[in-house]
Amino acid sequence: MAVTVMIPTPLRPFAGRQSSVAVEGRTVGEALEALSTRYAELRRHLYADGGRLRSFVNVYVNQEDIRNLQKDQTPLRDGDTIMIVPSIAGGKNSKESFSW
Amino acid sequence: MILRLSEDLTERIRAHATQSYPYECCGALLGAEDDQGREVRDLVALENQRQDSPRNRFLVRPEDVIRVDKVARERGLDLLGWYHSHPDAPARPSEFDREHAWPWYSYVILSVEASQPRRMASWRLLDDRSRFEAEEIMAQTGPLG
Repeated sequence: MAVTVMIPTPLRPFAGRQSSVAVEGRTVGEALEALSTRYAELRRHLYADGGRLRSFVNVYVNQEDIRNLQKDQTPLRDGDTIMIVPSIAGGKNSKESFSW
Repeated sequence: MILRLSEDLTERIRAHATQSYPYECCGALLGAEDDQGREVRDLVALENQRQDSPRNRFLVRPEDVIRVDKVARERGLDLLGWYHSHPDAPARPSEFDREHAWPWYSYVILSVEASQPRRMASWRLLDDRSRFEAEEIMAQTGPLG
């Protein structure tokens, strides 16, 4: 299936500076794998060790969160739009606190 | 790398962090890039979604990222990055910060000690994700343009 992947700003430098990329895939997993194969520098930012999507990488198909669908097995149709959207997370090192 | 941040915006971050103490605060940095670096032109204060652990964690949900990005584009600005506070901890990224960071974004961290804002620093994740690189914050006075 021919689909479009919308690339978030922080990942565009690794995707030829493009805001969207056309890829082929029968499922979301296949499409993102195709994207990461074409633009290898994307892989470390999308996937954790073990090959799973990082927890702060959110993926939507036609504005529906894949977690509510079939996750990376979500089937695709020609013309679908996949959107990668960041969560932003962080926090201090709890073991490193000022003593006062 | 230089991040230009006005005194007014610096004070807004400090106020948000002080109001949120002892919890972490968070917000978005809106602005523009030029050949001299990045210039923050406005902030969007956000609600920390880590209600379960706000003393040492913050979270901006994807729907809020989408919303803030839309606000930025409507105003002709870019979403340059994010700020958050470290209550009673240094203004440098933790391992948790590194694991969850995105490249390209500027991450401003403000240390708040005993409810008083202290040091502010900005950081950018290296492309290989190994660590952050410091980004110099240049104070900017007065209106822009």
